[in-house]
Amino acid sequence: MNITRRQLLILLPAAAVAWESIIAGTPEASPNYNMTDHWWGMLMDVTKCIGCGSCVRACQLENQVPDGYFRTWIERYHVSDWEMEYPKVDSPDGGKTGFPPAREDGGKNFFVPKLCNHCVESPCTQVCPVGATFVSPDGVVLVDQKYCLGCRYCVQACPYGCRFINPATNTANKCTLCYHRITKGLTTACCEVCPTGTRQLADLKNPNDPIHAFLKTHSVQVLKPQMATRSKCFYYGLDGSVR
Amino acid sequence: MQIPVEGFMYPNEVELQWSVLIVLYPFLTGLVAGAFILASLERVFQVEAVKPTYRLALLTALAFLIVAPLPLQLHLGHPERSYEMYLTPHGSSAMAMFGFVYLWYLLAVLVLEIWLDYRHDIVVMSQSTTGWRQLVYRALTLGSSNISERSLHIDERAGWLITVIGIPSAFLLHGYVGFIFGSVKANPWWSSPLMPVVFLFSAMVSGIAVVMLLYMLMCRLRGETIDMRCVDTIAKYLFYTFIIDFSLEMLDLVHRIYEADESFRSLDFMVHSRLYFSHIVVQILMGTVVPIGLLALTQVVKLTEVQRKRTYVVAGCLTMIGIFAMRWNVVIGGQLFSKSFLGYTTYKMGFVAREGLLTAIILTILPFFILWALVKLLPPWPERHSVAISAAASGD
Repeated sequence: MNITRRQLLILLPAAAVAWESIIAGTPEASPNYNMTDHWWGMLMDVTKCIGCGSCVRACQLENQVPDGYFRTWIERYHVSDWEMEYPKVDSPDGGKTGFPPAREDGGKNFFVPKLCNHCVESPCTQVCPVGATFVSPDGVVLVDQKYCLGCRYCVQACPYGCRFINPATNTANKCTLCYHRITKGLTTACCEVCPTGTRQLADLKNPNDPIHAFLKTHSVQVLKPQMATRSKCFYYGLDGSVR
Repeated sequence: MQIPVEGFMYPNEVELQWSVLIVLYPFLTGLVAGAFILASLERVFQVEAVKPTYRLALLTALAFLIVAPLPLQLHLGHPERSYEMYLTPHGSSAMAMFGFVYLWYLLAVLVLEIWLDYRHDIVVMSQSTTGWRQLVYRALTLGSSNISERSLHIDERAGWLITVIGIPSAFLLHGYVGFIFGSVKANPWWSSPLMPVVFLFSAMVSGIAVVMLLYMLMCRLRGETIDMRCVDTIAKYLFYTFIIDFSLEMLDLVHRIYEADESFRSLDFMVHSRLYFSHIVVQILMGTVVPIGLLALTQVVKLTEVQRKRTYVVAGCLTMIGIFAMRWNVVIGGQLFSKSFLGYTTYKMGFVAREGLLTAIILTILPFFILWALVKLLPPWPERHSVAISAAASGD
């Protein structure tokens, strides 16, 4: 076959784009899982959280999260009766090994578990220069580890501090909602081990999911609603002082 | 390494994501945009007084533009994947446009304009030099040795058109850098529609200052007298641009103080503690108020030539320090407080590290070496230019 120089110049960029999709490979197969049938989120009943740190430990084990970085963590708030705007917050080692004794000087203490909010309008996916981070068809914000440049723009863009750069891979890392588990019909590692049922994985597209009954009968909030990210992490019993 | 934290930070926030290299990036691109806009004063706006700096400004812009992407590359976790920004740019990302804006500015504006402006000299020098220099100049002619009057006229018209296109491109290049920061709604220190405009004017200030300083330095090194009409004009433009830049920054500050939204207490504390020296002392007082005062002095008081020269040098150096401090305070300052507004972290800069101080110093000095090489290759001086041409014409 004879190819002219002009034809070659036209073919080369097309071949480069095709090569991109070849080296991207195919995703791991999950039999009987149809992405478009699900829309994942999470329900947090903060009135139940005892700050035991089981979720943080389970997440670190399940997802090989390096020490000092967190896909999920627990914050402890101390809010005095007269200064709700400026609570005292601590999260020693992300609450992984529990908390030291609480303050006894009046006010209230409570725990707030945090993780990626899997926002529908996620600022982190918006800013990724190559689209390495994306919202999957089932509503989970994921990062393609083989594609991420490690520019850290997504870490800056997340209003909730949920992302970090994994020093082992030099790429952005975050909660995947245990995607490798939920696509096989399991729940997330953190939900699995939570002894009080604070965390509940929710499939918003499944009409039989208990989330629907809960949302109908309870007042829930999302973190930082002013950010307009359409977070899918719903909090029940959230205090107004929580950031 | 334990990073000191005050109050509460989200656990993943303790470590700063963008280092001193990301401070350098807007600083370097700012110098590019500013130097180019100064060059356009002569070319498009017919400000004849600044003509002696026209070519120097273009070469300065090129030297800094060549180095500008290096801090970004060194900062990436996977620099070998950076080409993906060209192959699969993400349409909604401000950062994805960097590669295209950069290439457009480098190839379609700056290199083309310099080539057209120097084409006559390149052709002459390809005929008058020998050895490797001749090979270089021959390569630079790109096979076109036509320097007839008509072809030079076409070069002139094309160069003018490119400068006209180049002005909005320079605005785009640096305004866009400001947008990268200004569009991060998660960070109240950055999130502001004024950010691209402030970046743009501060870019013009730093670019004008660096060309003024380089012109004065090169005249001194070459033992030639400084064209005071030229320097006075540049200083006048520097003064006016600085006034606009300072006004915009103060508008932003006053707006934040008056509005005092949920982030204000946190940011106010930061400016009065961790950023006090770099923001209040270096950026605002030393790097803005003092140089504006000095430049104002030259406008209202009749100073001798020597006094004016010294004033310009001091004002120019302080301006450069002030604009660098501004970049520092935006990039580093924007990461020192928690997005919970309840705590503060610390920036620990290594010395010999990939993103350390030594790398930053090398990247800051590197453009001056490139500029030195460019000046040797393409002398921007009208005198030498005419000597070379007359030498070539006489067959020496």
